[in-house]
Amino acid sequence: MRLFNPLKQDRGGQLFLATLVLAMLLVPMLNLMLPESSPFHISTYTITLLGKYLAFALLAIAVDLAWGYLGILSLGHGAFFALGGYAMGMYLMRQIGERGVYGNPLLPDFMVFLNWDSLPWFWYGFDMFWFALLMVMLAPGVLAFVFGWLAFRSRVTGVYLSIITQALTYALMLAFFRNEMGFGGNNGLTDFKDILGFNLQDDTTRIALFVATALMLAVGYIVCRAIVASRLGRVAVAIRDAEDRTRFVGYRVEYVKLAIFTFSAVLAGIAGALYVPQVGIINPGEFSPLNSIEIVIWVAVGGRATLYGAAAGAIMVNYGKSYFTAALPEVWLFALGALFVLVTLFLPKGVIGLLKRRRAES
Amino acid sequence: MNSLQNLREVMRRDRVFDFMLQTTGLEVDLSHGTILYLEDVSVSFDGFKAINDLNLYIDAGELRCIIGPNGAGKTTMMDIITGKTRPDKGSAFFGQNINLLHLNEAEIAQAGIGRKFQKPTVFEFHTVFENLELSMAGDKRVWQTFRARMEGSQLDRISNVLEIIGLQECHHKLAGSLSHGQKQWLEIGMLLMQNPKLLLVDEPVAGMTHQEMERTAELLTSLAGEHTVVVVEHDMDFVRSIARKVTVLHQGSVLAEGSMDEVQNDRRVVEVYLGE
Repeated sequence: MRLFNPLKQDRGGQLFLATLVLAMLLVPMLNLMLPESSPFHISTYTITLLGKYLAFALLAIAVDLAWGYLGILSLGHGAFFALGGYAMGMYLMRQIGERGVYGNPLLPDFMVFLNWDSLPWFWYGFDMFWFALLMVMLAPGVLAFVFGWLAFRSRVTGVYLSIITQALTYALMLAFFRNEMGFGGNNGLTDFKDILGFNLQDDTTRIALFVATALMLAVGYIVCRAIVASRLGRVAVAIRDAEDRTRFVGYRVEYVKLAIFTFSAVLAGIAGALYVPQVGIINPGEFSPLNSIEIVIWVAVGGRATLYGAAAGAIMVNYGKSYFTAALPEVWLFALGALFVLVTLFLPKGVIGLLKRRRAES
Repeated sequence: MNSLQNLREVMRRDRVFDFMLQTTGLEVDLSHGTILYLEDVSVSFDGFKAINDLNLYIDAGELRCIIGPNGAGKTTMMDIITGKTRPDKGSAFFGQNINLLHLNEAEIAQAGIGRKFQKPTVFEFHTVFENLELSMAGDKRVWQTFRARMEGSQLDRISNVLEIIGLQECHHKLAGSLSHGQKQWLEIGMLLMQNPKLLLVDEPVAGMTHQEMERTAELLTSLAGEHTVVVVEHDMDFVRSIARKVTVLHQGSVLAEGSMDEVQNDRRVVEVYLGE
């Protein structure tokens, strides 16, 4: 099949996708078919946790596409993730309807609380799922396009670009903290009831969300891989390594960057939209610059410019985070910082690079 | 009545507004036999005049060497031709019809001007083959690049160029692992893949052994005729071995022009090079 052409000569990717398919089948089965007393039973809580990791993995792949292959170190991808999340959150808010604390059929609780009497215009349409899905992709996509258009055309590169992306996400965080913005301010959007008519607390809904996330991760991986394996992917690497040369060979560097960066942002938005129904909340904290830096750490730990390494890194670091924040909460940030230093010093190609080297030696 | 005349002038039936003129994708017009015109070009950086009223004409198909002491403006001149630097004044035309000052780097490359940098610049993490593939002339827009598939004729073209630059054996090697001289050739090969009308070659033999230098000289002379080649070089022996016509730059303008012997016997050139 032509769809799987990009996966030829991509052993790591094949393994990654196989694992993903296996998880898609096995995890729901272990949850539904085994009794809770069985040692192999996977609780719904764990499934949601895994679903969250997979959403992060998709986000990491998006960042790796821009950073690993194109050399754009974006420290603001959390913003695109959060925008996608907010678009999904707005849909979920409208689904609450009369079941809110104030029982207003049209206005979400926080608007009633702020004494607003009508729905702001930008909330229109979010009662429709397809519209929300469109916005999940459009909001981050348009932001990335406009931002990229200005930045790449003026040839802002390297550290300067990274700093601007930080500023972007920080500015958005401050804006979303304001109640007047109409996105729930400090508290964000929460207290979701159902999605497409299915109760979000149900086991089956949670399993479906997990499977949908895994599926989207697989699709995202294949599309990214298709880009990377195409001539466009080779041009991207050429831009990463010798931007001027690429320009003199006759490629419009700014357009290549714009296209891939925008696609990467859309992918991050989709990841955010999958994340929000599973964790049940989206608030401005998701825009915080620290989050965006964490994403970069996942990618670095897993291994840049491998895609599947980025996904693996996201899952590993987040597993570590879940473990440490429960066991030794005050140690986590230090552990994260130390991890980044260690990886940069000793594993410049990440865990995947280490595994590859081991194999080459043996 | 003046405004009426203006209106008539504007509404003339054969009127072509400047903004309607096609600036990109033009085939270069060489009907007058001159491929490059630089006229009254000046550019200064922080008050330092790197190029000062430079006038330079290159004929189609010739092999021209440009020499000059450090700071004479050789590299800046190349920057202007390839769109990297914009001159403060003057004009730069490619053939009769392409105004280089209106195009950006990528458009100039597409129009048919290829450039080799002073420091060999190849895509280090791509194989030699991929380096040539990426440089190949063709549709370089984003979507078309994404959908691009290698055709048989293109493969032939690549193996042809591999042969010309003598790198057949290492076509699958990473470009970063090549020797300095091989990188220089690969870069010339990348130029050839673009199928340019005009090749600008900045210091092609820097850091080469004597043998490699001879091969490069052969390569460049064989390219002249079909392509126009402009070589900037410091190495006088090398220039003597390939040059038919030499231009000496000094302080941003042309000091002398002619055959190697004429130029070497020019009193002003000797002064510039040896001091008074």
